[in-house]
This record gives sequence, structure tokens and C-alpha cells, in this order.
Amino acid sequence: MNFATDFASIVLGGLSAGTVLFIVSVGLSVTMGLMGFVNLAHGAFAMFGGYVIVLAMNRAQFGFASALALGFVVTAAFSVALERLLYRRLYRSGELDQVLFTIGLIFIFIAATTILIGPSGQTLQLPPALDGQLDLGFMQYRTYSVFLIVVGAVIVLGIWLAFERTRIGAQIRATVDNRRMAESLGINVDRLFTITFAFGSGMAAIGGGLGAEFLGLDPQYPLKYLVYFLIAVSVGGLGSVLGVYFASLILGVLNFVLTFYLPKGGTLFIYALTILILLARPQGLLGRKEP
Amino acid sequence: MNAALSPAGETAVAARSENPAVRSLTRRHYFRWWEALPWIVAVGYYFAFPDYLSFGSELLIAILFALSLDLALGYAGIVTLGHAAFFGAGAYTVGMLAYYGVWNEPITSLMLGALAAAAVGLLSGLVLLRTTGLTLLMLTLCTMALLEEAANMGHAYTGGFDGLPSLTIAPVFGLFEFNPLYANTQYLFSLGVLLPCFLFVRTLIYSPFGQSLTGIRENVLRMHAIGSPVRRRLIVCYTISAALAGIAGGLWAQTNAYVNLSALDLDRAATVLIVLILGGYGRLYGAFIGAVVYLALEHFLAELYPTAWQLGLGLLLVLIALFARNGILGLGEAIWRRVRARRNAP
Repeated sequence: MNFATDFASIVLGGLSAGTVLFIVSVGLSVTMGLMGFVNLAHGAFAMFGGYVIVLAMNRAQFGFASALALGFVVTAAFSVALERLLYRRLYRSGELDQVLFTIGLIFIFIAATTILIGPSGQTLQLPPALDGQLDLGFMQYRTYSVFLIVVGAVIVLGIWLAFERTRIGAQIRATVDNRRMAESLGINVDRLFTITFAFGSGMAAIGGGLGAEFLGLDPQYPLKYLVYFLIAVSVGGLGSVLGVYFASLILGVLNFVLTFYLPKGGTLFIYALTILILLARPQGLLGRKEP
Repeated sequence: MNAALSPAGETAVAARSENPAVRSLTRRHYFRWWEALPWIVAVGYYFAFPDYLSFGSELLIAILFALSLDLALGYAGIVTLGHAAFFGAGAYTVGMLAYYGVWNEPITSLMLGALAAAAVGLLSGLVLLRTTGLTLLMLTLCTMALLEEAANMGHAYTGGFDGLPSLTIAPVFGLFEFNPLYANTQYLFSLGVLLPCFLFVRTLIYSPFGQSLTGIRENVLRMHAIGSPVRRRLIVCYTISAALAGIAGGLWAQTNAYVNLSALDLDRAATVLIVLILGGYGRLYGAFIGAVVYLALEHFLAELYPTAWQLGLGLLLVLIALFARNGILGLGEAIWRRVRARRNAP
């Protein structure tokens, strides 16, 4: 019984962490699938948004929900500016230039955050309604974690519906599958990309804000979690929303279970598993296109 | 009938040897006068800055490491984010052999380090090089992270996070004391390691093998079509590159007299990538220029203003990616071409 509740609480913790990972990475997956752009700086948008949200709450007395909305809008707008000015110049260049460019962006974000706000971490004060314990029937668990899992499920359902049922979703799917064909059918891939880029960065901002409570929020954020974002995206499959969702949840749960039962070498197992999965399916678990 | 003996053939041969394009192509592996410059500068540095020789060794090691990456990335076009895996494999081999008193003769332990790194390169190359693009990027990154975690986990043998301190290295040739107090020995030893490695890489890239690597980088399909064993070439190249990175790592462990996890981390892999691209990849001398510029900037700026250094480095990377894709050397070549074109124009 004790083992069962322990295990259940670890799995729930993993699911909530995985949900945050999903919310941050989903935009990266879609933009990479659309343009094949290796955007290592995606985590920087999560950090940027996280800072906007936390600072809005701590210094401007915003509520949690309105701060999240503000973070989404500000980060989306900011990312569109960057996309229009800089990113689009590199769509046609090799992935080496893209890697270099986005590593440079990460450094700029880290340094700018350190200069403007300071090197120490920011703390997020949860609203009291989310801070307590929730009775799940068989055990007590943190309300916030359950809240995160539910929010993630709602988001994945929403994005999935948007992908499958709306016109723009169909256009994105077509472009991920075959960009040239989509372009010759008259789909404005440039505009599509700007929209998804803005949306993805906004989602990353929300993920940064939602995760700030247990992932922390400091200038090193984009580098610290970079490998996790990349694993979630590449294992899930480029351009596949459900793939990233499942990969993130698996990654989150594995990480929690392994840290608990196998504190040494847990991450070793995750890296090894990632390598095996990518060797067996280079396009990721649910990816359709050869990368 | 032998074509060369026919009159037509003879004129063809004569015409060919006079054609400047043909001449430059047949002589492109000849040594040019300016290729002696880096070595003259390196020897001059020894006499000019006797107080900065440990920085000099660091520079030479960075050049060697970047050179090894140039072979894989610049010539064969293998985009990797995990080259520090081989640097670390060499460093830990040398470090552990010396720490446990198994073997600490500097030259042979470098060879052992190269062997260990080559083994890692061969094994990972066999499986990784089937993929390309993002998947390859991720796989190289994960392989490196896997090794880092393994080194962290094998605390009892590798010292874990703290690493192995105060390694004792035997004197070079049994004559010259080798430890951080003797920076001059270390500098000359590093130079003595870099020179043959460089000559090896230079010979390799002008060989038919090196040509086929460039071919693979430029057009894989065409290389397949003309019957080049693409995968085998890539694996051999990756293994050689890994061995050279292993030598750089071993040298790093020897000159610092310690080895720790920083030999294997993402920071090191990203730095070598930045060094190479800053100088210009696929150019042989890009590693030299990049290492000198990067380390000099880092050495003088990072200690004074760490945050400003990071900001400046970020801006520099963005500018290079946007405007100077071929690095400093590429920029120099473009300016040189423009100057020559203007001079030749009436």
C-alpha cells in the first residue's frame, strides 16, 4: 500500500513535469516540422515568457491567469519581431548556420537577462487555490500538479482539434508532409510559419510560467533544459503534436521514477533510451516524415 | 595505340600543363610560403611571451581539437554537437592511466588516449552515421551526454564530479620535467604534437580520400551514384577525427594535470564548434584563426566582464551566422578576391 501510493505520487509528479515539457516543446516541434529550422533558442522564449509572467505577478500585482495571458501575448509578439527580422534570413541555410545562430541567441538572452534582471532565480507565488492538497479519493495530492496535468490534457486536445479540424491545421499538416507541394497549391508557407512560430513561442512562455514553480527560473534556463526539449521533440517526431505529448509524458515520468528509485544513473538510462529509439525510428515515435 | 604518344595527345598534355586552372589544380597540395607563418609565429611566441606559455599550450590544444572537428564537420559535413565525447575519452584515458599509476609516459599515453577515442568514434560512428540532420545532431549530443553521465556515475574510478586531481606525468623522453610548473616544456611538447597531427590532416584532405569526403559533403547522392563507399568513408573519417580529438583531450589532461567532467560537457562541444566556425570551417587554417581569436577574447574579456563577454559572443555568433557564413577566413578571402579583381580591372 505504501509502495503503491509512493509510486502513484511519483508518476503523478512525472506526468505534471512532462506536461510542462510538452507545453514548452510543442511549438518547437511544429516549427521544426514546418521549416526544418533547428531552433535551439526555443527555451529562451520559455524563459522570456516565464520572466514576463513572474515579474508581472510579483511587481505589477497581476493575477495568475492574467499574467499567463500577458506572457503569451508579449512573447508571441516578441518572437514575431525576431522571426521577421532575423530567423527568416536563415531558412534556406544549412543546419550548421542555424545551430550557430540560435546558440548565439541563447547567449544573448542569458546575458541580457543577467544584466537587466539579475543572475538569481525568480520565485513564483502560486495562487492559494492551487497551492493546497487535493483529495483524489485514494490519496492526497498537490492541487497544482493535478491542475497541470488537466491543463496539459486540455491543451493537447485543443491543439489536436485545431490541427485536425481547422483550415490552418490542414495547411500545417500539408506543409509538414510536403512543403513544395503545399507551396505549389498556393499555401502561404511564410505566413503559416510566422503564425505557428508566434503561437509556439507563446505556448513556450506559458510553459515557462507554469513550470517556474518547480523548474525554477534563472538566466541559465535555456541551456539547462535544452537537451530535454530536444529529446521530447526528436523522440516524439517533428510536427507531431501527439508524439511530443507522449514523448514528454514518458520523459517526465521516467525522470521522476528513475531519480527516485535509481538516483545514480537515471539520466544515463534516459539518454540510452533516446539513442535506441532514434536509431530504430530516426523520424521519431509518431513522426511521418524522414527528417 | 597509346594516346600520349600521338601528336594530338602530346599537344593536349602540353596545353593542359600550361592551362592555369589545370596547374593550380595539380599543384593545390603544394606548400605555399605563407603556410610556414603559423609555425614561425608559434616559435616566436615561445621567445616573446615566456610568461604566457600555459595560455599558449591551451591555444595549441584548442587548435588541435578544432582541427579534428574540421575534418568531420568542415570536410565530411558531419554536423555534430557531441565532439567533446572524444576529447573526454582521450582525457579520461590519459588521466586515469596516470592517476592510478598504470602508465604516464606522455607520448605513448597520448597514443592510448587516441586509441580509446578512436574506439568510441568507431563504435558510435557505426550506428550514428546512418542518420542525418536533426537526428544525427541529437544522437551525437546524447552520446556525449551518455558518456558524461557514465563518468559521473563511475565515481569510484573517475572521481565523479570533482574529477581526478594532481596527475603525475613522466618526463618527456625521460629528460624534461612535465608538469604545470614547466610551462615551456608543455608548450613545446604541445607544439610537437600539433605539427605532425596537422601535417597528417593536411595530407589526408588533399588525398583522394579527402576529396571523396568533400564530395560527400557537397552531394551525397552523386557520390553514391559514382560508386563511392559513402558510409565506410564517413565512418573512417569520423574515427580519425575522434582519434585526433582524443589526442587533444589527452594533451589537455596532461598539461592541466587534472581531468574532470568539463572535458565531456556541452559547453566544450559548443565552444569547439564556435571556434571552428569563427575561423572558417572546411579551410584547414580556420581552426588556427578561430582558436587564437576566441581564446584571446575570452582570456582578456571573460575575466573582466563575464556577462558582457557572453553578450558579445552571442552577438558575434548571430552576426557570423547571418553575414559571414565562412568565418574570418572566408571574410578575408572575399576581401582579397575583391581587391584582386579591382587591381586586375583596367
